[in-house]
Amino acid sequence: MITSAIIPKPLARLPWRLIFLVAAIAMFGLVVLYSAAGGSAQPWAVKQGIVFLFFLGVAVAMSWMSEGTIKSIAFPLYGITLTMLLGVEALGFVSKGAQRWLELGPIKLQPSEFMKPAIVLTLARFYELVPPGDIRKWRAIWPAFVLLGVPAVLILVQPDLGTCIMVLLCGVTVMFLAGVPLWIFALPAVAGAVAAPIVYHMMHGYQRKRIDVFLDPESDPLGAGYHIAQSKIAIGSGGIWGKGFLHGSQSHLDYLPEGHTDFVFATMAEEWGLVGGVLLILAFAMVIRWGMRVSANARTRFGQLAAAGLSATIFFYVAINLMMVMGLAPVVGVPLPLVSFGGSAVMTVMLCLGLLMALERQQRSGSSLA
Amino acid sequence: MKPIRITNTHQSITFSRRMLLLSGAQVAVGGLLVGRLGWLAIAQNEKYQLLSESNRVQLIPVPPRRGWIIDRYGKPIAINKASFRVDIIPQQLDKSRDIVPEVAKLLGLEGDDVDRIRRDLVQSRGFQPVSVADNVPYEQYAAITVRLPDLPGVAASQGFTRFYPGGSTVGQLVGYVGAASAEEYEKENKNPLLLVPGVKIGKEGLEKVLEPVLRGQPGGQRVEVTARGKIVKELDPKPDISGGTVQLTIDSDLHQYAARRIGDQSASVVVIDVTTGDILAMPSMPSFDPNNFSDGISQAEWKMLSGDDHLPLVDKTVESLYPSGSTIKPSMAMALLNAGVDRKQIVNCTGAFQLGNHTFHCDKRHGPLDMDGAVVHSCDVYFYTMCLRVGADKLAPMVRSMGFGEKFDLPFDNQRYGTIPDPEWMMRKYHREWQGYDTVNMSIGQGMVLINPLQLAVMASRLATGKRVVPRLLKGKPVAPQTQLAVDQDHIDFIRKAMWGVVDHGTAAAAKFPIAGIQMAGKTGTAQTHNLSAGERGNYTAANWKLRDHSLFMGFVPFDNPRYAAGTIVEHGGFGAAVAAPLIRDTLTFLYDKQLAMQALNSFEQSIGGPLDQRIARKTAAWRSANGLPPLPPTSQA
Repeated sequence: MITSAIIPKPLARLPWRLIFLVAAIAMFGLVVLYSAAGGSAQPWAVKQGIVFLFFLGVAVAMSWMSEGTIKSIAFPLYGITLTMLLGVEALGFVSKGAQRWLELGPIKLQPSEFMKPAIVLTLARFYELVPPGDIRKWRAIWPAFVLLGVPAVLILVQPDLGTCIMVLLCGVTVMFLAGVPLWIFALPAVAGAVAAPIVYHMMHGYQRKRIDVFLDPESDPLGAGYHIAQSKIAIGSGGIWGKGFLHGSQSHLDYLPEGHTDFVFATMAEEWGLVGGVLLILAFAMVIRWGMRVSANARTRFGQLAAAGLSATIFFYVAINLMMVMGLAPVVGVPLPLVSFGGSAVMTVMLCLGLLMALERQQRSGSSLA
Repeated sequence: MKPIRITNTHQSITFSRRMLLLSGAQVAVGGLLVGRLGWLAIAQNEKYQLLSESNRVQLIPVPPRRGWIIDRYGKPIAINKASFRVDIIPQQLDKSRDIVPEVAKLLGLEGDDVDRIRRDLVQSRGFQPVSVADNVPYEQYAAITVRLPDLPGVAASQGFTRFYPGGSTVGQLVGYVGAASAEEYEKENKNPLLLVPGVKIGKEGLEKVLEPVLRGQPGGQRVEVTARGKIVKELDPKPDISGGTVQLTIDSDLHQYAARRIGDQSASVVVIDVTTGDILAMPSMPSFDPNNFSDGISQAEWKMLSGDDHLPLVDKTVESLYPSGSTIKPSMAMALLNAGVDRKQIVNCTGAFQLGNHTFHCDKRHGPLDMDGAVVHSCDVYFYTMCLRVGADKLAPMVRSMGFGEKFDLPFDNQRYGTIPDPEWMMRKYHREWQGYDTVNMSIGQGMVLINPLQLAVMASRLATGKRVVPRLLKGKPVAPQTQLAVDQDHIDFIRKAMWGVVDHGTAAAAKFPIAGIQMAGKTGTAQTHNLSAGERGNYTAANWKLRDHSLFMGFVPFDNPRYAAGTIVEHGGFGAAVAAPLIRDTLTFLYDKQLAMQALNSFEQSIGGPLDQRIARKTAAWRSANGLPPLPPTSQA
């Protein structure tokens, strides 16, 4: 928070520390994308910069929303997103192929992206409405399962395993914090263990192969295991200080696939080394910590649950992506927010941050609507 | 169960506790990520740096030039000849167009080759050329060259082909080269050099055994390549080191002379310089033309070679074993002398020898003979009698020291050593007592006695010098010091004289040395392969070729001051004096008077139907028509 007589009050009241942090991550991302393009601002860095600035503006604008407004749009947002997901399914059915996009003129909308903040807000709103005494009862649990399960299944069949897992984790986090009995979480874990072989059986060939390769990366070093192998080579060969800006051979010679999208962290770590990697992880940790603080300081139940859920969304993005890139998780197609090229992840994260900023402003202004 | 009433306070306590848990989990995951990053970037840094470098830098091997094989005077035996080749560089191909049929048509390639090219193209890594054709004739090379602008990805270049000026006369000596097979590639730990088009490795004979010397070190253009095989940057090249030249002790003119002098027989000749042990010639005929092998031979040619009863695929000098026949007699005589037999003692040959209830024959009734006469006229009865008197176990060591059954350190991986039996060996191998008839058989080089032509020539060298002459083929190897054999000089002089007698007035009298002042000493041999009656023995036809006796001769010149020794075994050649002795006489004449020897060779070749290449061409044509194959197109000699 900057307090100065020169800066107009509305601007000074923005959470500048967070904005600087986010901007720094995004700037670093642009530098990496510049390198990934072989030392060129085209075709990724400029485009990504514009998208980032646009959504930063959106997020800042969103920060003036009141908690009441957010609450009131929670269910409608969920409803619209779910409708769009169904629409995508229908389109996919018609065109007989995988479909994740809705084309609205020049804009390609990926409804599954909206589902991540939407599910958080919806569940937060739902548990706000549940009386404290009912929280351990069945009627506090089954609606949440339905709210979470329907979009998750719709996204899974798209097929988009990464987003499906993200949505499930975000929803489960909110339920966990809302105080749902712990056995609820143990049950799906057991069920998951039982269902895993069945799910595995129903998966698409490429998804199944990714799981196989994760479990045994040596099984296919030139095929599906190639991604993980090359990513580990890039990160490992970077060492402590990295090979230097524009000197990453793995990315520049195209050995690293998806070096500007899902595997952008490997591109970065090859050139900036362990130092760059740790700094980036710390920056994300600070962003997430800021969000968790917002949750901890929130005075309403909705604020608490929504802020924590939104922070968790960002956390899951970063954690799943990094685990995948470093060979700790199967390749499920989750990008690194603010760094990976692609508008949808930037949009989702900035929407989350916009909502968090709005909730944070609410706390500072002290005008709780409770 | 009593329901717990949950209040707002409860709820906020739960929330705080679970927030703490969640934050803790997040920190733990963060720690895990940083730890993993550190593990990859610090602990495993070296491993991944290596992998990254091997991704980045690729070596396009530049094959080294194969070392030459030259004879003792520096004449080439195996060299490299500039040739034209056509390759495809997959990365430069126009993806929308299938170029293979066009190229195949220009080069006249057939289905098998086209399939092979397509297979290689699928497996290739972009920048690695795929071989289309080796050793392309100039006309086709030119046809490709003019069309190169229309054929993106096709490269016509000059390379090297192995060339053996001696053709089929050196086939068995040098072996041949060929492209590495899949097993050979695996065996060398996937040496990338073996995949380079045009790279040939030794497959047989000296080419195979001397491979480490001849191959050289591949150089290479080090390049930075993308994952798709596109070359980004050329790094400093690594120069190649040509293979080493190997000089043999062979005199290639003599070698070729001997090979041609063999004619259409299935035979081998070994000539040794007794002063050093140098092998001057060791042809084995008939043979294959290694020039045809370096491009891979046709199915038909392979069938023809492997079906030939004259065994063109066997190096008879070291691989084939034969009974020594009477050529063993000088060594036996030496052993008898050593055992104290008086050489003047007379044995009366009645043409037959009774041992128990079996009669052993001599080829004629020689009458009374001393040792000299027995060697000169090759009397079997004399040796039966004397050897039985002395006993096999006293004879075997001396005969063995003449080279029978001996292993020589020569660069051949297919040597066979033969045997000279004795009572102890008989017990070990056949678990039976030595019998008198074993001694009788051994005394004339039959029965269990087996020898190869190289050993025959070594025996001649040792009888000539009385020293342990050790054969040598690689000029780079030091001459083995010749130790004295355990024989008296007096005995040596006697044996030399007796062997001179064989050529002067004995069994090989028809093979006198044609040069005044130089006389040859030797011993004929006729090794029985089947029991033919005396009547059948003189009456050979082509049909019973396989049943005939082997014809052997070993000898040296000059008899009084030996310099060159030689041995030959002509498979199923008949009587030793008739075929083998003149062959050695002419071959050794070549060392003294080339013109005289060539005259003899020319008239000999005239009598058997012209020079070697013409006879081979006729034989091939006859074989092809007999097997229903079209005649070969006339080849222009390149």
